[in-house]
Amino acid sequence: MDWEALWLTARLATIVSGILLVVSVPLAHWIVFSRRRWTFLVESIVSLPLVLPPTVLGFYLLMAMGTRSPLGRLWIDWTGHPLAFTFEGLVVASLFYSLPFAVQPIATAFSQIDPTLREASATLGAAPLRTFFRVVLPLSIEGVIAGAVLSFAHTVGEFGVVLMVGGNLPGVTRTVSIAIYDHVQALQYREATVTALFMLAFAFAVLLAVYGLRRRPLAAAPLA
Amino acid sequence: MTLAVHLTKRLHDGFALDVAFLAEPGVTILFGASGSGKTTILRCVAGLARPDAGRIAIGDRTLFNGDSGVSLPVPDRRIGYVFQQLALFPHLTVARNIGYGLADLSRAERQARVAEAAESFRIVNLLERRPGQISGGERQRAALARALVTQPAALLLDEPLSALDYAIQLHIMDDLRRWNAERRIPILYVTHSHREAFALGERLIALEHGRILASGSPHEVLDHPAQAPLAEIAGFENVFGATVVARRERTGTMQCVLTGTFTELEVPLGVAPEGAAVQVAIRAGDILLADREPVGLSARNVLAGVVLDLGMHGATVVATVEAGARFVVHLTPGGADTLGLRPGARAWLIIKTYSCRVARSPWHS
Repeated sequence: MDWEALWLTARLATIVSGILLVVSVPLAHWIVFSRRRWTFLVESIVSLPLVLPPTVLGFYLLMAMGTRSPLGRLWIDWTGHPLAFTFEGLVVASLFYSLPFAVQPIATAFSQIDPTLREASATLGAAPLRTFFRVVLPLSIEGVIAGAVLSFAHTVGEFGVVLMVGGNLPGVTRTVSIAIYDHVQALQYREATVTALFMLAFAFAVLLAVYGLRRRPLAAAPLA
Repeated sequence: MTLAVHLTKRLHDGFALDVAFLAEPGVTILFGASGSGKTTILRCVAGLARPDAGRIAIGDRTLFNGDSGVSLPVPDRRIGYVFQQLALFPHLTVARNIGYGLADLSRAERQARVAEAAESFRIVNLLERRPGQISGGERQRAALARALVTQPAALLLDEPLSALDYAIQLHIMDDLRRWNAERRIPILYVTHSHREAFALGERLIALEHGRILASGSPHEVLDHPAQAPLAEIAGFENVFGATVVARRERTGTMQCVLTGTFTELEVPLGVAPEGAAVQVAIRAGDILLADREPVGLSARNVLAGVVLDLGMHGATVVATVEAGARFVVHLTPGGADTLGLRPGARAWLIIKTYSCRVARSPWHS
């Protein structure tokens, strides 16, 4: 087992899913509840990584992080080194790559809330923020957890984007999936088998958690 | 305090809402078929929908003014709203649902107010249950308590009782009236049920296609429909086009033939001359059914027919009978059993002259 790669992957996925949770909840709220006509445009942009080949996404991100892009230069001026092939670069790339996996379950959960519940809350004097924390969030908590779990798992499993943006630097950008690829390239099938089995068990556990959560009856939901 | 409503709003399906009325303390019924704009009026008053123009005020507090652009946000309006689907929060207990609008109060104060409201609406023993664990009538009571505990300036009820038994409806309305006896707020009650309108309202406003057709006491408005379209919505399940064939001034009756049939009905004498097109409206509950040809009756209209269809609506049996025209008849389950009614059975309809209401057809007047 490549413990270094595993630890790096765990750190990466935790940071990415944490940031995504904070970003996705308001984003999903806006997509679902805004009355503006062009929410579908934002929705499509957010979902783009679902259909884009990871190498294409990785390629554009790499370009954006390069010295010839204004964003890339800004980062270099600020930190003194380029964003590509660093852990921070990996975090940024993963945020884009896993965004739809966080936003979609949360948006789905929000859209399944009976709109009259939010209206009732307003007629009872609750400001929008209170309505969100007392009604919307408790009723969609499973979707929010699913979004966090799925974006975590998806970040763990990414390969193409990491390879494009991060390369294969042990302890810096070498994630578990890259490690498996590396083992196979080096004909180290025993190591590859152990790591792959570990990932299989992890993926299954995640799905068990997500689907098990969904079966839970509402009556057992936590009190807000 | 009086709720003053004057608003216009263009609705998506082509017609425009244009109403002006005052709702005094007590129950005002907004009556009309679905799509007449009743719910939209409530939503505009609550602030959930925005009128195109007009003014809405409660007492001297302006909620909406199209001219100055004032539109108070929903949470600031202090208008209680009981939704048709009730919209109780499924994840909160009944106690937390009722206390939801009292967030500004101290915990002790809030508990006292919740207890008082629960007492008034007889749900004290349900406070720790969730909405999914109580009956429809109990949910109704919880929704009323939740809206009223905040001491709103007015209360809006959107067909809240229509899914309940009549007896439970009356019970709940009694409790609501008792609550409102000392507080005296205007209550707008939306319904399309004739029975609810009679039972609950002190004042009634009849709406059709977004306009006020008539207003007054429920009896004034619904018992004497001036225009045929109103008769249709005023709970007359049977409305037929007909032609006056004979006027009998001496007996105060006239004879009508239902359009497209040979069926004749004796109806009260009206202003329509012979040959005039009229509408004859009969309530389904005013028609008697017999399983053999009746003899020795004072009723003048006895029509032979065949039962087409039987259905249940709440505790009422709804029979459709073909007797030249198609009649809808309401009867009790016991009555239906006694007659042994079934589709295909012969049946006689008995209709008193004065159960027939006549209105001039508007397109011939």
